[in-house]
Amino acid sequence: MRRTLRDASAAFARSPLLIALSVTTIAFSLFAFGLFGLVALNIRAALQQVEERVEVRAFIADGTDAESIAAAAGDIEAFPEVQSVEIVTKDQALARARKELTEFSDVFEAGVLPASIDIRLKPGFRDPATVERVAERLRSYPFVDDVRYGEDWLVQLYRLRNIAGVAGLALGLAFAAVAVIIIGATIRMAVLARAEEISIMRLVGATDGFIRRPFLLEGFGKGVLGGLLALLLTWGSMHLIDRYLNFHTVFFSPSLAVLGVAAGAVIGLAGSAVAVGRHLRGL
Amino acid sequence: MIRFHEVTKEYQRSGTALKEVTFRVGKGEFVFLTGPSGAGKSTILRLSYFDERPTSGVVRVSGVTSEHASRREVSKLRRRLGIIFQDFRLLEERTAEANVAFALEVTGTPRPQIAPKVSRVLTQVGLASKATAYPRELSGGEQQRVAIARALVNDPFVLIADEPTGNLDERATRGVFQLLREINASGTAIMMATHDLELVRHSDYRTVELNRGQIVFDSAQTGGPEA
Repeated sequence: MRRTLRDASAAFARSPLLIALSVTTIAFSLFAFGLFGLVALNIRAALQQVEERVEVRAFIADGTDAESIAAAAGDIEAFPEVQSVEIVTKDQALARARKELTEFSDVFEAGVLPASIDIRLKPGFRDPATVERVAERLRSYPFVDDVRYGEDWLVQLYRLRNIAGVAGLALGLAFAAVAVIIIGATIRMAVLARAEEISIMRLVGATDGFIRRPFLLEGFGKGVLGGLLALLLTWGSMHLIDRYLNFHTVFFSPSLAVLGVAAGAVIGLAGSAVAVGRHLRGL
Repeated sequence: MIRFHEVTKEYQRSGTALKEVTFRVGKGEFVFLTGPSGAGKSTILRLSYFDERPTSGVVRVSGVTSEHASRREVSKLRRRLGIIFQDFRLLEERTAEANVAFALEVTGTPRPQIAPKVSRVLTQVGLASKATAYPRELSGGEQQRVAIARALVNDPFVLIADEPTGNLDERATRGVFQLLREINASGTAIMMATHDLELVRHSDYRTVELNRGQIVFDSAQTGGPEA
């Protein structure tokens, strides 16, 4: 193991330029993937914020007594999909409308707007089908006049979300594939640069395992360094975007960041194993 | 020690390189392999250190047979073989002593043993004073001596030499050949492919001549020393 470490560090010392080049290549291909990940993450966060606003409003027929409304609200709160329930009286509805639609504030008169039960749904239950199911149950209450939840808007939102999801997955896979291919080529280059050394090692009786080990370590090291550099670049880009474009962006959580660097290490290690293995089989 | 039994080697592109070759090299023997280019000399050498396997027939070297040897067994066997080439195959960015030490390092020799072995073998080939020189600072003859030192450092029972003097001038050739004779005199067998008929003529070692993949002459069969 000591020799493996010495060999790998000697490789770093002997050809710093080649190593720097491969670390940079790895870093940039992971950076491209990282940037994409960051965009995907932020789109998801933004969509989630919009989704937070999904609300079902059940309008109550005039003259319904407060006890029935309260009982129904308690009932509804127990639905598995429901996060919170709020009872809005006619007066509150008026106040809210005046506040939200200031230019029409004098148009509204007391008693025009109906009372309602406003329902927010738990995350994971905000898709059109589920919302419609909840709406259906709300309509079954005899004193519920109408149920509104911005059906068209919600369908659009989910279409957008699905497109983003599918496009994200496809692009993510493409970016990951490109990263793996570029990293693989970089490592193969490192192996070829030392082909002479490898052939002499074979000639004097070094075992395959012995030849492979320093390359695996080198690939692992490059992957980790490339991953860290990519993380740094991504973080730097996010700050630039934050500062100059005034976007508030979300960064990877620590565990996601560690996962990214670990992915770099795994790609480096696996890439080396494949490249050296292929090279050795040809000898 | 080295035995070829009806060995045929065919290549997909260039066709038959060896055809049912049978011969053996005994312990401590010195054998020249001669013949025109493409006669099969290098193929015999490559088969001897299991760089290649025969298409048919069996190569047996110190108990390792071409039919069953695993890559690991081949690695272990090569530690007991010394192999040198026309183009020396030294690592350019390492000094002479580092090139020799390399053969010990990659076969797991304990570190404290490396320096004394390297120094002993460099002295043996007459290069003790140039231990810290890089290959580009050495003449062709000196580079080949470094390669020989690297081949000797694991105390091989046979030295396999593929045109070791092919790139050397006459003086260097004589020097390297003299060194090989001394190595042989101390008990290491030598199997050497060469084009240099002068060298062959002026020594009384066994000569195996090849042509078109077949043995056309073996001095051991015509009254020379028997293997």
